[in-house]
Amino acid sequence: MIATRDSYGNALVELGQEHDNLIVLDADLAAATKTGMFKKAFPDRHIDCGIAEANMTGIAAGLSTCGYVPFASSFAMFSAGRAFEQVRNSIGYPHLNVKIGATHAGISVGEDGATHQCNEDIALMRTIPGMVVINPSDDVEARAAVKAAYEYNGPVYLRFGRLAVPVINDTPGYRFEIGKGVQLRDGKDCTIIATGLCVSEALTAAEKLAEQGIDAQLINIHTIKPLDEELVIAAAKKTGRIFTVEEHSVIGGLGAAVCECLSEHYPAKVTRIGVKDVFGESGPAKELLHKYELDAEGITKRILSEMK
Amino acid sequence: MNKLDLQKIAVEVRKGIIEGTHSAKAGHPGGSLSAAEIFTYLYFEEMNIDPKDPKKEDRDRFVLSKGHTAPGLYAALANRGFFPVEDLLTLRHTGSYLQGHPDMKHIPGVDMSSGSLGQGISAACGMALAAKLGGKDYRVYTLLGDGEIQEGQVWEAAMFAGFRKLDNLVVIVDNNNLQIDGAVDEVCSPYPIDKKFESFNFHVIDIDGNDFDEIAKAFAEARATKGQPTAIIAHTVKGKGVSYMENVGDWHGKAPNDEQYEIAMEELRKAGEALCQK
Repeated sequence: MIATRDSYGNALVELGQEHDNLIVLDADLAAATKTGMFKKAFPDRHIDCGIAEANMTGIAAGLSTCGYVPFASSFAMFSAGRAFEQVRNSIGYPHLNVKIGATHAGISVGEDGATHQCNEDIALMRTIPGMVVINPSDDVEARAAVKAAYEYNGPVYLRFGRLAVPVINDTPGYRFEIGKGVQLRDGKDCTIIATGLCVSEALTAAEKLAEQGIDAQLINIHTIKPLDEELVIAAAKKTGRIFTVEEHSVIGGLGAAVCECLSEHYPAKVTRIGVKDVFGESGPAKELLHKYELDAEGITKRILSEMK
Repeated sequence: MNKLDLQKIAVEVRKGIIEGTHSAKAGHPGGSLSAAEIFTYLYFEEMNIDPKDPKKEDRDRFVLSKGHTAPGLYAALANRGFFPVEDLLTLRHTGSYLQGHPDMKHIPGVDMSSGSLGQGISAACGMALAAKLGGKDYRVYTLLGDGEIQEGQVWEAAMFAGFRKLDNLVVIVDNNNLQIDGAVDEVCSPYPIDKKFESFNFHVIDIDGNDFDEIAKAFAEARATKGQPTAIIAHTVKGKGVSYMENVGDWHGKAPNDEQYEIAMEELRKAGEALCQK
């Protein structure tokens, strides 16, 4: 079990050893975003901007115009929320090579409560033209995503979690490609399309569903933009019944992206499982995931009731 | 370049501002005209730039944080040879590369896209930091409006620049005292501007921003200043050079009509001729 924010910190240190032009920015959250590891290894290339995310976003933009590859790090609430317009105008519009490392996404932030639980970041980021949006599911995928983001020339939003999650992608031949979804389980009755920490929960849910006689296909969408439309359409053609699962508002996230794709190309019934247009609340992350029905039990229950 | 030549170029820059905004039937002449001397001095005297190689790695950088005064920047760039002066007539036209606000992806010589107020100064800080990190000696200039400094992000950036001792950064505030809703000190006063920057660890210089002697002295002083960034508070006249626009807030974001255009161009022609007789 490891949180993807730890994967972010580890991957930055690894990449920093290979690439002198990698700069890490933070806004007084280096211990929480895990960029503190990079700071320890490369103190001269870690710039703490203080509690000023708008300025940090602009600093990143300026650095990138001079050939550096900045990873601007904060909580999703501030990276995508507070600094939305700076991301749009100073990074997105000029399509600069800036990576936004956003940790503490979703309700699994836990005890800090609603003010810090960002369930809107995917929606915000994917409306920016040219922005790549990646939401990795575990340690293996998160580290691969950070490396792919560095190698990709253009703005990338990387979404990481605070909660430790199981490692599910440590399989031989695992390969990460931006924009390419991964089928984790074949099935014929319905398709679960999940992202982020919900992927491992959905994997367990699929097993529980099998016990109940429902053979569910499971697809991991780590890149929400650009969406792997080919894979989503193929799934709709194959099973004809889609469930999306995400730790994000049902408005504007993965579920919305899948609906947009299918309504245009291959209409099929889609049920969006996610945070239901409400704010979160304080509590231990696991209890909240259970309460908001985003754990394996909640996902299973919802799919069973819909498939009746 | 001597003062007289700079003055002549400033007149050409002003003509470009009027030509562009008149052709666009939109745009921001007031704050472009107030900064004409600053644009001219930066692009014809101060900055290490090459119109034939706009992306030269070690060039000095300029960020127009008050991006709405793009007509002034474009007129300076065009006169400096980054693109044809005739193209200024395409300002804000559909399909033109001369967007209403600076667009670094399509306009030769533009170092940063800008226009949403308060953001350019942060990007300029990032560029200045990049020079420091890379051990390069290029310098970074950014021009802000006096209304713009009401944006909180400006002070986030100022805190960063002062703390990081970015002595390769020059922040210029075009203090023409007028913003859209009125005089800056009646809308939400940013004064005292100099003391604010001083308290953020800037070396501060107050000048007449329409006077080339004072501009030259200030930029030399900024260059000689070590260990802290410089803020030049340029006291200017909004609409400078066109009689009916001077100190009239209404000309912040309004284009001259055909008749007003003729009057403005005639005044600028006369100003140019007067300089040629010197």
